[in-house]
Amino acid sequence: MARPVRFNIKGDVKLVTEGPEGYAGEGFFATTLDKLVGMGRKNSMWPLPFATSCCGIEFMATMASHYDFARFGSERVGFSPRQCDILMVMGTIAKKMGPVVKEVYLQMAEPRWVMAVGACASSGGIFDTYSVLQGIDQIIPVDVYVPGCPPRPEAIIDGFMKVQELVGKESLRRRNSDRYKELMNSYGIQ
Amino acid sequence: MEITNEYIQQRLTEKFGDQVTGFEEPYGMLTFEAPKELNLKVLQFLYDDEVLKFRFLTDLCAVHYPEQPGRELAVVYHLHNLENNVRVRFKVFAPIAAPDVFSATALFSAANWMERETYDFFGVNFVGHPNLKRILNVDEMDYFPLRKEYPLEDQTRIDKDDEMFGRG
Repeated sequence: MARPVRFNIKGDVKLVTEGPEGYAGEGFFATTLDKLVGMGRKNSMWPLPFATSCCGIEFMATMASHYDFARFGSERVGFSPRQCDILMVMGTIAKKMGPVVKEVYLQMAEPRWVMAVGACASSGGIFDTYSVLQGIDQIIPVDVYVPGCPPRPEAIIDGFMKVQELVGKESLRRRNSDRYKELMNSYGIQ
Repeated sequence: MEITNEYIQQRLTEKFGDQVTGFEEPYGMLTFEAPKELNLKVLQFLYDDEVLKFRFLTDLCAVHYPEQPGRELAVVYHLHNLENNVRVRFKVFAPIAAPDVFSATALFSAANWMERETYDFFGVNFVGHPNLKRILNVDEMDYFPLRKEYPLEDQTRIDKDDEMFGRG
């Protein structure tokens, strides 16, 4: 009797679709170290959610089973900055909260990335007022901005894949470069 | 006995004469004003009186009236008699050049944080307050944001399109 459900037997499912470029042969594979490190880093990014409002709710949906953020190697949401690779700032950051965001960023170890999720974290959003920080890029450097008010989980995933692209292509020497040090100095970070 | 607005007004006039003025009843709530030097005396009288017993400070805030020279800042006290469930609203006015008003912290402990908030947003200087510093805004702020000469929007941002915010 034929099995009622037949899957993964025709050979059209590939477990690994892409790897780094390199020379492969019988029993060996040669590539550059930073490509391997980049592949490793980008597929095991630990997010540190800094959720203050409705964008944080969208992130919860992104983490849950339907959108399943774990597919990107990020099921381990860390609430300790020292263990995390990417700071995801989601929601309105009041000026009084600004030093807290900066402190969290400073406690993260290099290499670290920052994603501003939603209009408020990116630019202050509709809160064009005396008490709200007009974008977190006034206090810490940001790698990827996700627009939306709030953005859908698809948008957050798209932004995360943009970060993965940056991480995978980043040179191992970037964080020692003068340009990077200049960027950090412009934020008063040593 | 039932405490009516007329009774409160009568008792206040007996005690303070024509110094208590501006009696109104918007939405049925008795509202009156007094010179700012008398604010503690009026509050103390309303607190101590055996019939009136206004012993709960519900709210304390300020209002800025730039069009009234010499009395730009109003400090508003909302008082509640819990026993008879009666409320009154009491206002004093201060000039913005010297916004000194006596602190009610000795009479109501609740006034402590509310006066700090009022100082934070309007710059009312509560004389005799034990710890008059900002409570809600960042400590570095160098102005009083709810005074009307300051625009509501953040002035540090230049790349926002005014038309998108309905002020083009």
